[in-house]
Amino acid sequence: MTKTALQFHHNGHDVAIFVDGGTNLLVALRELIGDMTPKFGCGQGGCGACSVLIDGELHLSCLTLAETVAGRSVETLDGIKDGPNLHPLQRAFADNFAAQCGYCTPGMLMAAKALLDRNPQPSRAEVVEAISGNICRCTGYEPIINAVLAAASGGRARA
Amino acid sequence: MPVSVRTFASSGEAAAALSADRGARYLGGGTLVMRALNEGDVSISSVVRANDHALMRIDAAGPRVTIGAGVTFARILAERDLGFLHAPARSIGGPAVRNMGTVGGNLFAPNPYGDFTVALLALDAVVSMQGGLGSRDVPIEEFLQSRERQAGTLVLSISCQKPASAEAFRYRKIARIKPKGGSVITLAAHLPMSSGRIIGARVALGSMAPTPIRARSAERALEGRSLDASTIGAAAAAAVEGTSPGDNALASAWYRREIVGVHLRRLLSGQE
Repeated sequence: MTKTALQFHHNGHDVAIFVDGGTNLLVALRELIGDMTPKFGCGQGGCGACSVLIDGELHLSCLTLAETVAGRSVETLDGIKDGPNLHPLQRAFADNFAAQCGYCTPGMLMAAKALLDRNPQPSRAEVVEAISGNICRCTGYEPIINAVLAAASGGRARA
Repeated sequence: MPVSVRTFASSGEAAAALSADRGARYLGGGTLVMRALNEGDVSISSVVRANDHALMRIDAAGPRVTIGAGVTFARILAERDLGFLHAPARSIGGPAVRNMGTVGGNLFAPNPYGDFTVALLALDAVVSMQGGLGSRDVPIEEFLQSRERQAGTLVLSISCQKPASAEAFRYRKIARIKPKGGSVITLAAHLPMSSGRIIGARVALGSMAPTPIRARSAERALEGRSLDASTIGAAAAAAVEGTSPGDNALASAWYRREIVGVHLRRLLSGQE
């Protein structure tokens, strides 16, 4: 079967790859581009570990057909830091013990970024709603919620 | 397993491609078809998409609303004129799933999903489908009863009347994980009132049968009566009639039969 050419913007860089028909975006990002930050958790849309931003909107990359992002902007965790400087959300997660095994963390951070990009001063209920698509087995969620609130109040939310 | 992906400019062309190929599935938001591909469903050999703007339209200004099959739940939540559908839309998945999942796709979602469809069933929605000679309208109950045979046709939009009043339409999803998660039971009721009596009662249940169904015995207990404690009691007692729930990881069939009346009573009496 012939492959399909796919060009899109990955964390601000133009990329071009060839995908088999039916390849999902998570596989394209991890195996074809080498961006290991989104994780495979379930392949069903239930865990949120694969969450990425497509044109600024939170999507599940494991359920996204790769070729549908042609010409669009895909942001993953790998792109949110500024050179050696952590994004305020990353700093807040570290300071608030919001990661233990770290597996949910990329998805949680992208969900939190999607929230703060639209709503820089969320309420606690809005943070809970924003991460409601992300499962964590380790932290019990409280440190994650505190970290997002800390990032919102602590500094300027970065675009 | 690689599948062929074909994208068409019009829903007519996409519908033709769907009906011509037994192994073709229409890709909306991806929450159903991509999951099947991820799980190695070999019955899907090709994926069909359409970039038809008509599938994304929302007409909600008047008393009858029409929502394109490609409209996502996030867009429903952003539309003020569709406020009566916000509770069902909000109950689905998390923010990412709501950015992806579509109204049309939800019609095909198996248990324990398909919550938006339960709401549409209580609202007597009509499903507009692309047939061989143009579009045809199918009442949603009829659509659901023949759902297995609809895989080769393309849903274009759904339409329904806005509820008689905000009070008249009620919706509740019972789930283990809040705010998201698969459904133990989903309930929707539309109870238009005339001179204090219910006229045209509709009660729809999700996860109580292979597809969302109407609770006809409960509807008969409500019809023509006022919404008082004894009417509510009679409807709750009748709720389980005609249901055939299954077992899944969320709940057993026995449990679902036990609690459907309890939750219908709470829905009808406005209890939390």
